[in-house]
Amino acid sequence: MVQVTSPPDEVVEGVRPVPGASPAPDAAGLGRARATGFLVPAMVLILVFLVVPAAWTIYLGVTNYRLTGLAAAHPEVVGLDNYTRALGDERFRTSLLLTLQFVLGSAVIGQAGLGFAIAFALRDRRGPLRRVVEGFVLLSWILPSSVVAFLWIALLDRDAGTLNALLGIPGTAWLLDHPMLSIIVFNTWRGTAFSMMLYAAALENVPRSHLETARLAGASTWQQLRDVVFPRIRGHVLTNLLLISLWTFNDFAPFLITAGGPEQRSEILPVYVYKVALSGGELGFGAAISFVMLLINLVIALIYLRMLGRRKESA
Amino acid sequence: MTTDTAPAPTTEAARSTVAVRHVLAQVGRYTFLCLVLGFFALPLLWLATAPFDDTPTVTASLPRFTLDNFRALLDNPYALSSLLNSVYLAAGTALLVVTFAALAAYALSRVRVPGRDALLYGLLLLSSIVTGTATMVPLFELAFRLNLIDSRLGVILILSGGLLPAAIFILKDFMDSTPTSYEESARVFGASPLQIMRHIVVPLVRPGLATVGVWAVANVWGNFLVPFLLLRGPDKAPAAVIMYTLYTEGGQADLRLLSTFSLLYSLPVALMFVFVSSRYGFRFHGGIKR
Repeated sequence: MVQVTSPPDEVVEGVRPVPGASPAPDAAGLGRARATGFLVPAMVLILVFLVVPAAWTIYLGVTNYRLTGLAAAHPEVVGLDNYTRALGDERFRTSLLLTLQFVLGSAVIGQAGLGFAIAFALRDRRGPLRRVVEGFVLLSWILPSSVVAFLWIALLDRDAGTLNALLGIPGTAWLLDHPMLSIIVFNTWRGTAFSMMLYAAALENVPRSHLETARLAGASTWQQLRDVVFPRIRGHVLTNLLLISLWTFNDFAPFLITAGGPEQRSEILPVYVYKVALSGGELGFGAAISFVMLLINLVIALIYLRMLGRRKESA
Repeated sequence: MTTDTAPAPTTEAARSTVAVRHVLAQVGRYTFLCLVLGFFALPLLWLATAPFDDTPTVTASLPRFTLDNFRALLDNPYALSSLLNSVYLAAGTALLVVTFAALAAYALSRVRVPGRDALLYGLLLLSSIVTGTATMVPLFELAFRLNLIDSRLGVILILSGGLLPAAIFILKDFMDSTPTSYEESARVFGASPLQIMRHIVVPLVRPGLATVGVWAVANVWGNFLVPFLLLRGPDKAPAAVIMYTLYTEGGQADLRLLSTFSLLYSLPVALMFVFVSSRYGFRFHGGIKR
C-alpha cells in the first residue's frame, strides 16, 4: 500500500510529544462512560482488522491449514513444521534474497538516492523549473499503482515498447530478461516523491554560505556533500531509509507487473505468500511466512522508534 | 569540518580551477535535471495524450486526434461501473474513517484517559507493522468467517481498520489546538455532547477532517490488494482490479481501451492533488503535509 502521507511524526524536529497540554479536563462534560462510547467504534474496527489478524497469523502459522482437502475442515497444530519447511525451501530462500535486492535497489538506491539527488540539484532554485520537476515527480507518486504498472508494461514491452525505441535497443524483452530490474525501476518511479520532498525540507537546514565557502575553497561536489551536507542531515537520511524500506518491503504492486515471474525470478516475499497461500491454498504455510514478514516490520519499526527517542533526548 | 575553515585559494591557477569546476558542476546539474524530467514526465505525457490518439503505439509521431477510444470504453461492460465501485469504496471508507476517528479523537482530546499517549503511539506502531500485505492470509480467513467475501462492505471495513490509527492521531492534534471555552458555554446552555460535537467541534476542526478525508480517499483509490483478495466477480471490482484484469487477460491487450481507462481512472486523484497543492502547497511542515 503506498502511503499517501508520512506518519504524523515530527520528522524534522524530532518527535513532537503528544500535546499533553490538553485543554481543561472534560470541558464538554463527556464523562468517562460517554468518552468510552465515543472510542468504541474505532477501537472495534482496529481490534478486529488489525489486532486479530496479527494474532491469527501466529496461530495459523503453526497449523497445516489448507484451502481444500482434509486439512481444510480439520486443521491440525503441527508446531514449527512450517518454519522448518521454509528454511529448507529453496524457493523461500530465493524469495528472501530477491526481496533484499528489491528493497536495496528500489528503496535505498532508487528512491532515496534519486530523491536526494533531485532535491540537491534543486536546492537553491525557487522558480518554475523546480515546480515543474517536483510536480511531475509528485504526480508519479499519486497515480494508482495498477495504472503505473500498465504504463511500465507498455514502456518495457519488447515490440511496442517505447524504451527500446528511445534507447535504440532493438527488441529487448525487459520484463522477461530483466524482471528484477523492471520492478525496481517501476518502484523507483512510483516512490521517489516522498524522499525528494523529505530531503528538500532537510536541505533547508544546510546554510548555503557554508556550501559556497567550501566550493570557493576548492572542494568538489562530493567533498561538499561529505563534509557540509551529510553531517547536518544524518537524522533525516536514517528516518527516510527506515520508512521507505518498510513501505517497499510491504508493497504488493510489483505483482501487477511481473506476478513474480518469469519462473519466480521476481518473486518477492508478498508475491510469494500470495501464490503459496491464496493461489496454492497452503494457508498455514503462507501464514508462517507472513509471520516472518510481521517480525521484519516490527524490527524496522522498533529501530525507527529508538532513533526518534534518541533524538528527543538530544533535542 | 575541514572545508568550512579552509582558506580560500589565493593563486590565480587555483581560482580558475574552482571556476572551471563550477561551470562543469552546473552543466552536470542541468543535464541531470533534464534526464530526471524525461524519466518522470514522458510516461505521464504519454498517459495524457494516448487516449486521444487513434494508434497509441508509443512513437514520436504526432497523435491524430480522435475521441473514438472513449466510445470503446463505453462499450466495455465493466470499465465505467468499476469507476463507480472505486468511488463507492473510497467514499465509504473516507466517511467511516473520518466519523469514527473524529469521535475517538474527541474523547481522547477532552477526557484524561490513563495511558492515553501510550495507546496512541501503540496504535500507530501497530498500523505500520500490520499491513495488508503482511496479513493477507488471516485477512482472507477473517473475511471468510465473517461472511465478508465478495462484499464491498468487507473491503471498506478492512481498509478503515488500517487507516484509523493515523487518522485518530492527526485529528487529536487538531482537536487539542482548539479552545474548549465554546464547549463549556454550550454545556451551560444544556447542549448534549453529541450536539456540541456537531455544532461546535466539527466546524472548528473542519480542515483536519478534510485532511483525513482526502488522505483516506487517496489511499483507497489506488488500493489493489484488498479488493483483489476479497471481491470475486468483475461486477463489484473497483477500477484498480479491472485495470489489472484488462491488461492480463490473454491475447493482445487493447492499448486504446487501456490508455483511455487509465486516464479516466487517474484523473480524480490528479485533480485532487492539483487542488490540494495549489491551495495548501505540497511541503513538509515538520513532517505532516497539510
